[in-house]
Amino acid sequence: MTGTQFLRKKKWTMTIVFIILIALTYGSAALTQFNLIDGLASIPATIAWMFSNLIPTAASFENLPKVLGRLWETIILAIVASTTAAICALLFAMLGAQTTQVNRFFGVTARFIASVFRNIPVVAWALILVISFGHHILTGYFALFFSTFGFLVRMFIETIDEASSDGVEALTASGATYFQMVVKGVLPDTLPQMLSWVFYMIETNIRSATLVGILTGTGIGYLFDLYYKNLDYAMLGLITILIIVIVFFIEFTSNSVRRAIS
Amino acid sequence: MEALPSLPNVAMKNGRIQIKKQTKATIVMRIVLWTLFAMTVIGPFLLDYGEIDWAEALSLTLGNLQMMFLQPAFNQITFGTAMMQIGITLALAFLATVLGAVISFFLAAFSARNLSPAWLANIIIASNSFVRAVPTVLWVLIFAIVAGLGAIACVLGMMLHTIAYLTKAYAESFEELDEGTIEALKASGANWWHIVWHAVIPQSSSYIISWTFLRFETNYDVAVAMGAAAAAGGIGFELFMASSFYYDLHEVGMITYCALVVAILLEMISIRIKRHYLGKA
Amino acid sequence: MATITLERTEQQADIFSRPQSKVAETVLQLTDVAKTYDKQTMILRNIDVALHKGEFVSIIGKSGAGKSTLLRCVNRMIEPTSGEIVFDGQNITHLKKKELRKQRAKIGMIFQHYNLVSRLTVFENVLHGRFGYKSTLQGVLGLYTEEEKQLALTILEKLGMQEHIYKRCDQLSGGQKQRVGIARALVQEPTLLLCDEPIASLDPNASKIIMDHLKEISQSMGITVLVNLHQVDVAMKYSDRIIGLSHGTKVFDDVPSRLSQFAIRDIYGTDVDELITE
Repeated sequence: MTGTQFLRKKKWTMTIVFIILIALTYGSAALTQFNLIDGLASIPATIAWMFSNLIPTAASFENLPKVLGRLWETIILAIVASTTAAICALLFAMLGAQTTQVNRFFGVTARFIASVFRNIPVVAWALILVISFGHHILTGYFALFFSTFGFLVRMFIETIDEASSDGVEALTASGATYFQMVVKGVLPDTLPQMLSWVFYMIETNIRSATLVGILTGTGIGYLFDLYYKNLDYAMLGLITILIIVIVFFIEFTSNSVRRAIS
Repeated sequence: MEALPSLPNVAMKNGRIQIKKQTKATIVMRIVLWTLFAMTVIGPFLLDYGEIDWAEALSLTLGNLQMMFLQPAFNQITFGTAMMQIGITLALAFLATVLGAVISFFLAAFSARNLSPAWLANIIIASNSFVRAVPTVLWVLIFAIVAGLGAIACVLGMMLHTIAYLTKAYAESFEELDEGTIEALKASGANWWHIVWHAVIPQSSSYIISWTFLRFETNYDVAVAMGAAAAAGGIGFELFMASSFYYDLHEVGMITYCALVVAILLEMISIRIKRHYLGKA
Repeated sequence: MATITLERTEQQADIFSRPQSKVAETVLQLTDVAKTYDKQTMILRNIDVALHKGEFVSIIGKSGAGKSTLLRCVNRMIEPTSGEIVFDGQNITHLKKKELRKQRAKIGMIFQHYNLVSRLTVFENVLHGRFGYKSTLQGVLGLYTEEEKQLALTILEKLGMQEHIYKRCDQLSGGQKQRVGIARALVQEPTLLLCDEPIASLDPNASKIIMDHLKEISQSMGITVLVNLHQVDVAMKYSDRIIGLSHGTKVFDDVPSRLSQFAIRDIYGTDVDELITE
């Protein structure tokens, strides 16, 4: 194939891919009755609406203690769900990673279990659990725990396998036991990256907790849903601002920690 | 005679030789781990559990899980409807991803340090972190107030987070472009668009494809959630109806299985793409 | 406290000027060792090798000839398909995990890519060599005796690494990393040292330092050294004996002076001149 032919072929491939993408976009829009023009038009309208309506008033500040209480609940929930899931995920990741797996059977099993937990959407967990636990904080906890667990196993396995397996070989060759090899050979090089994923999950879980809260009637999500249905936009504004502040705070903390331990 | 180590720079503590020195990194690491540990242990005691009968709730859960996952069945809807709804969920995710990707591409070009001025990059990065801080479901609900509940609110809400995520990912891959290449192109009289079109895109196209598909995978999950939490349609809404309206556990199980199969397929494709383009496992 | 200093000098004397016995005892005996991954391709076949105390032996051969596999069969990092391995008078071919661990502790190993834990200090990495002598818990908690620490320090000093003991290993140069690798192997107080391409990633200067140290170890400490090399000239210069591998078979086993052009052609299927320009 000559150079020009190659370029022409590449151009053709690009064109075909673009046509397929545009066709899929039109198909999807038709299927969901999504109208691009209306959609784009509603963006400025929404921004204008936000700045005129989502403003906390003096009256809404009277509810501040109540909101803070729920927010506190959500934060604790996000952190506890992330850390407990991380501990379980670490065990599964050790079994599932190529570098540290005990044997192939456990490896495949661990990866499969994690994949199932990860791919059942967090709302499905919430809706399944709410039937038995009711509108209870544990519903939120377990829903976050299961999805965080699945995600962290995947990320921890990637972290372990990307850090070189060289140290592991050296320790095994010198007669180290499995746990010595894991604790002294694998963890020191992977812990900072894993910790960074845990922080990422805490931040994500604060957002997910809002979603789960709407479905299960817990935490800050419950309050948001309540005021949303009562059309109390000043309160919605207050809640939104508080969530932003918390997420910013966690992001800032995790960035500084990441920089310090790298 | 005091026991001295053979080397002058050996650190001693309580008559014992130290095998590592405290650095900022080790101290911060220790503080972070202890803080997380403390919060995990204390945290559960600070929550209000209300009245709950643990034994009953647990046995109820096990029974329910058994009904869901071992005896799944369609009752209210048919298999065809479920497939249709999954199609709608995928379509919502696809729209949010494609629209978001197009916008992100331009924002990323304007926010990559090597392509754009710092002030512009800072404005984009700051507004993106603002967008990211608000949960998707809140964005969807806020859009719904103006545009009404439905596809528009759902796609726009998801698109905002897609933009915030992809702009950062794209910009990072743009920034890996060699300074020398840019300089050489500039020296030969290329303008900004030439550089983007002929150097940036070819160099980072594999990253763009991997990141975009990864986001599509995530957006499918989000779209399921939005269907349930914001009544935006799709399989998530059916899941919500089955569990909270009909209390039909068999159907909840069946729908979960359907959603799960699609999610696992997407994940497998995503891993394939990543391996193919980035050579990573 | 004073006892520590005393013990250290004793140890030093013990390790660095162990008198070399004139009658060379056999440290390692491989008999008819073979390795196949599937039934068709033989990675190693009919390997018979005997190593003696304090001997410096190089294995040379093309890449893919089975050098790495042979080295790893010695401490059963790779399980041989058949054959016998007798190390230090004990048949280790079928040892169970726990017993194997004990024997591995007496076999030091160094690697082409150093295989250090990069975020830990030099000191910690060197002490990892003691795990084979410890219970799981002692190792996990990092409990080392002062004697072990002194031993590690003495070895590091001997290798010229005294300046760097508290540095993280990712801050070292390649040659320094390899010296940490050697120190980690020596702290095991090994009878046998296995070196897998120890200088393949190093520049000529660092390579010379590393090879000199390895030679010194075999001569003054009486440790048997088995090295995989791809540079024939280095093997000729340092070895007491050279083993040539070709397609998994031993085709040469003699002193370097007997390594003729013909022998090299047997091993590499080419001339030595071509090899050097490579």
